[in-house]
Amino acid sequence: MNIVVLVKQVPDSSAERSLRSDDNTVDRESANNVINEMDEYAIEEALKLQEAHGGEVTLLSMGPERATEAIRKGLQMGPDKGVHIVDDALAGSCALATSKVLAAALRTLSPDLILCGAEATDARGQVVPQMVAERLGAPALTGTRKLTVDGTSLTAERQTEEGYEVLTASTPAVVSVWDTINEPRFPSFKGIMAAKKKPIQTLTLADLGIAADEVGATGASTAVVEHSKRPPRAAGTRVEDSGEGGLALVEFLSSEKFV
Amino acid sequence: MAEVLVLVKVADGKVNKATLEALTIARSLGEPAAVVVGAPADVVETLGEYGATKVYAADAEELRDYLVAPKVTVLEQLVREASPAAVLIPSTQEGKEIAGRLAVRLDNGVLIDVNELAVDGTATQVVFAGGTIVKSRVTRGIPLVTVRPSSVTPTPAPTTPAVVPVSVTLSDADKAARVVERVVEAKGARPELTEASIVVSGGRGVGSADNFKLVEELADLLGGAVGASRAATDSGFYPHQFQVGQTGKTVSPQLYVALGISGAIQHRAGMQTSKTIVAVNKDAEAPIFELADFGVVGDLFAVVPQAAEEIRKRKG
Ligand SMILES: Cc1cc2nc3c(=O)[nH]c(=O)nc-3n(C[C@H](O)[C@H](O)[C@H](O)COP(=O)(O)OP(=O)(O)OC[C@H]3O[C@@H](n4cnc5c(N)ncnc54)[C@H](O)[C@@H]3O)c2cc1C
Ligand SMILES: Cc1cc2nc3c(=O)[nH]c(=O)nc-3n(C[C@H](O)[C@H](O)[C@H](O)COP(=O)(O)OP(=O)(O)OC[C@H]3O[C@@H](n4cnc5c(N)ncnc54)[C@H](O)[C@@H]3O)c2cc1C
Repeated sequence: MNIVVLVKQVPDSSAERSLRSDDNTVDRESANNVINEMDEYAIEEALKLQEAHGGEVTLLSMGPERATEAIRKGLQMGPDKGVHIVDDALAGSCALATSKVLAAALRTLSPDLILCGAEATDARGQVVPQMVAERLGAPALTGTRKLTVDGTSLTAERQTEEGYEVLTASTPAVVSVWDTINEPRFPSFKGIMAAKKKPIQTLTLADLGIAADEVGATGASTAVVEHSKRPPRAAGTRVEDSGEGGLALVEFLSSEKFV
Repeated sequence: MAEVLVLVKVADGKVNKATLEALTIARSLGEPAAVVVGAPADVVETLGEYGATKVYAADAEELRDYLVAPKVTVLEQLVREASPAAVLIPSTQEGKEIAGRLAVRLDNGVLIDVNELAVDGTATQVVFAGGTIVKSRVTRGIPLVTVRPSSVTPTPAPTTPAVVPVSVTLSDADKAARVVERVVEAKGARPELTEASIVVSGGRGVGSADNFKLVEELADLLGGAVGASRAATDSGFYPHQFQVGQTGKTVSPQLYVALGISGAIQHRAGMQTSKTIVAVNKDAEAPIFELADFGVVGDLFAVVPQAAEEIRKRKG
């Protein structure tokens, strides 16, 4: 079973993140860029499936030059190779364009299974998995917390607001995962060394037959008009509990009409 | 006036609050037309109460058997036939996924987690853990947006909607991801986390699953929902679906109470826009105090039972 895992490089969510003032895109220069957390769970799931069913695991990312770091990092966990779509024209791509480019690359790779995170931590769109599936005419089992593969048939448990749903589909399919699905492995020393030598193929828009004006800021279907920092919340009253903290709390709740 | 399509989300047989909010927003943009896919007919009354002048009802048994795609097909058909001014979808996981697929089919831009939508189509989004406000627009097609829950207060505007039956033919691709079972996990009598006007959350400081009874007790006394930090859900203190934060639910209640939660940026991402924030933490340096309107520095095992007792006393 050949699996492609979609991997996005994102600015670390534990640090301050900003949009640039010139072109309204994410400030990636000053950020500490990391692999999108949910994508690590997708990689782990791919490796488990590979252990059980054989085949190859490929990481696919679209992003600037430095996104290759995220691919290399992911390869340390054990996948076989990477594919990096990099092209200056891609800067500022909307979700529609991103999915178009990813789908074009996936057509050339024709995997049995496409695994990805359910959500990227920067834009938090939760849209790319379904968009990619729609473009490929493939089923999407999204938001999964459990996946079972039996030949070409897939069964997944999808987390919902109310509980969960059991889904079925056949390969080729897109499966997006939450962090409840597994516990990603830490790269071993051997894995880290091996990753240095694993091939990462780069693809440009021309390689994929996509025109520069279909993507990036030029081809975007959405635009940021302006952005501003939200004023930080001002801290309010703070009391030390010296035996009456609970009473003070209720007094506050009552003054705000919550009690 | 052009129609504004609002996809209706039904939970527990009732129209959810986010849908009513979307209808409230839709009224300022055009004639709200609710789209009900595979749901009971008795929701029509509620939709009319919140200003839906029309209800498109697509009710075929098979619409329920597949994930997302059939709803996309219904919306796609309606957009092509009714040329609406905008499409509004409640911003749940399913809502976002529907919006994404619809965007591809219509080659129409999509904006996710929108808090406000102005008459000229300019949307307001709050991003990066609540730290940045973005104004954005769809530049290809009509405004196709998902509306973040608790963005506006739903207000009634009673009308009697015309019910228009819709029939669609599903393609094979629509049927590729089949839902074979739906399991509702009991959440008891508490309000839905993302819709509740009061949320009481517990963190690692609560210490155990058993101690979470304290959090539940306070939530019940206040009529609120229970939430948890990731440290609490990861430690198995509370079920994962109640996690608040970047990788959990985003809540924006009138009151958020954080018990034994340090206030990491990823937790703040999910609760920062709450109207009033209250924290109990024994560490005076905990970052949660930076955003709390009222904070008690103290042991939650002393403070919370005392507060609960006092509320009970005041309630009589
Ligand atoms: C703050 C902010 C808000 C934005 N809002 C919007 C918006 O409302 N509408 C819009 O059209 N665009 C928006 N964008 C642009 C959008 O983030 C990008 O187009 C993005 O690459 C795709 O969306 P996502 O990050 O939400 O992905 P999600 O749908 O959340 O990602 C799910 C999964 O898809 C895969 N994936 C996503 N992107 C890539 C990639 N580049 N390479 C490989 N795998 C990938 C990963 O596995 C990821 O876990 C926004 C960007 C930012 C920074
Ligand atoms: C990519 C990513 C995504 C994440 N997503 C989320 C998310 O969605 N939601 C989320 O919550 N976190 C998320 N996190 C984790 C986040 O960084 C924090 O680790 C987490 O929020 C900490 O939870 P906590 O505050 O309960 O625990 P801690 O940080 O351990 O804090 C416990 C607090 O309890 C206090 N305390 C202990 N005992 C008592 C007592 N008896 N009385 C009073 N106070 C007491 C302590 O002083 C401390 O401040 C994410 C992290 C990453 C890297």
